[in-house]
Amino acid sequence: MRFFEYESRAIVAKAGIPVGKHGFARTPARAREIAAEIAAPVVIKSQVLSGGRMKAGGVQFADTPDEAATHAERVLALEIGGHMPRGVLVDSRAAVQHEYYAGVVWDGIRKLPVLLFSDMGGIDIEEVAERHPEHVVSAHFSTLRPFADWQAKQLISSLGITGQALTRLTPIVARLARLFLQYDMTLAEINPLGELADGSFLALDAHMDVENEARPRQRALLAELGVGEQETRQAREPTAFELAGEEVDAQDHRGVAGNVTEFDGNLGLVIGAGGGSLTLFDAVRSCGGQPANYCEIGGNPSVAKACGLAKLVLTKPGVDKIAVMMSIVSNTRVDIVARGVIKACVELGYDPAEKIAIFRIPGAWEEEGFKILARYGVDYADRSVSLHEAARRAVERIGPQSAPVDGPQHDARERV
Amino acid sequence: MSAALFIDVEVDDSIAGDRELAAKLEEVCPVDIFRAGAHGLEIVSENLDECVLCRLCLDASPPGTIRIVKLYDDGAVLGAPR
Repeated sequence: MRFFEYESRAIVAKAGIPVGKHGFARTPARAREIAAEIAAPVVIKSQVLSGGRMKAGGVQFADTPDEAATHAERVLALEIGGHMPRGVLVDSRAAVQHEYYAGVVWDGIRKLPVLLFSDMGGIDIEEVAERHPEHVVSAHFSTLRPFADWQAKQLISSLGITGQALTRLTPIVARLARLFLQYDMTLAEINPLGELADGSFLALDAHMDVENEARPRQRALLAELGVGEQETRQAREPTAFELAGEEVDAQDHRGVAGNVTEFDGNLGLVIGAGGGSLTLFDAVRSCGGQPANYCEIGGNPSVAKACGLAKLVLTKPGVDKIAVMMSIVSNTRVDIVARGVIKACVELGYDPAEKIAIFRIPGAWEEEGFKILARYGVDYADRSVSLHEAARRAVERIGPQSAPVDGPQHDARERV
Repeated sequence: MSAALFIDVEVDDSIAGDRELAAKLEEVCPVDIFRAGAHGLEIVSENLDECVLCRLCLDASPPGTIRIVKLYDDGAVLGAPR
């Protein structure tokens, strides 16, 4: 879950990292007040969860409070990347002598956070890494042991930074690493980290992402920042279909049957199992199939929940059939899912044998599950059939899509 | 009339009015198929298909007084020899 810049700034300040005078405004009048309090030239920055603010005109410079209000009015009305701004950040303009970059990201391959530092800040770190790799240093660190200052100092000094700059940068970078751990972040970035004429440093911009699954652990922080429980902070607003998926999943505590993403194909998917959803989604596409949705099912949902998800997918306009597929399950019962999807077909007046292109869920209670499927004439596959082969059979069974259905077009990984 | 597709539960008349047993069954069933009503044991028909075949109700009641019927398996009774 992404934080707005003004929230990231608050997190950074809370961690003891110096930030410049700033304030958050939802109205031009408030922007004027903040600019007057700062009593110096300011920058008005649109607060949207989207890149390209500068290019879109979402960052404006003002020398007076009145000018700040005028710019704020314009920026507040400016849509950027399909998003209207939450407000504007009124930020003091610092006389920066040099810009650095400090960041921590989660390395999914090493399964460790990695601390990144560069003496070329103010531009994308990816660009620096590509064009000037000698200006970027990095080091993984433990999530179990407390982060020590010397770890930051060692990294910064490896770029040749010494003396006062090294002394002052060390606690800032160490605090950034600690806040990353404390708040279950997946990204904590200060860019630029500005060095002022007097040798002090200020975090001039910050980006923070907290792990979605950690939201319950971070309730206190979210409450402090005023982040609502229902705020998903996704790349786009959820569709009615996706919201209905959330309702299905919320209907009881048992298992998962949701995390739905809408696509415009004709093959509905009821898929899951520890990464199986993405694998199966990709398998369907690689076989030439057109998924109508992405979703996740697992953790032994109730029959009602599996039924609700299957009904949602089956009633999506343009869906001809559904494919019910998971990798081998141990904590989800095959018979329960089978009951759910068959019940959905029957209650909607469909023949399960016709509507379910394939059922490939081997694992716990599969004997009972296969009995149920056989009873209703549903084509099912056991563990001897690979996920890819099951996807191929489903695609073959449904045939080519006659005409595209209106709907969002995007990649599953945008939201999952 | 039951709307269940997969599971039916048959209760012997001898325990139908037993409120103590009804309360026990309500407590042990993980998917709320049994309810202790004013007149004894009631079956919550909308939950029948949620039955996880755990046998806790069979263990909690006198032998042969509750039958879990698998409608998808030619009426096979849970725990009964085939």
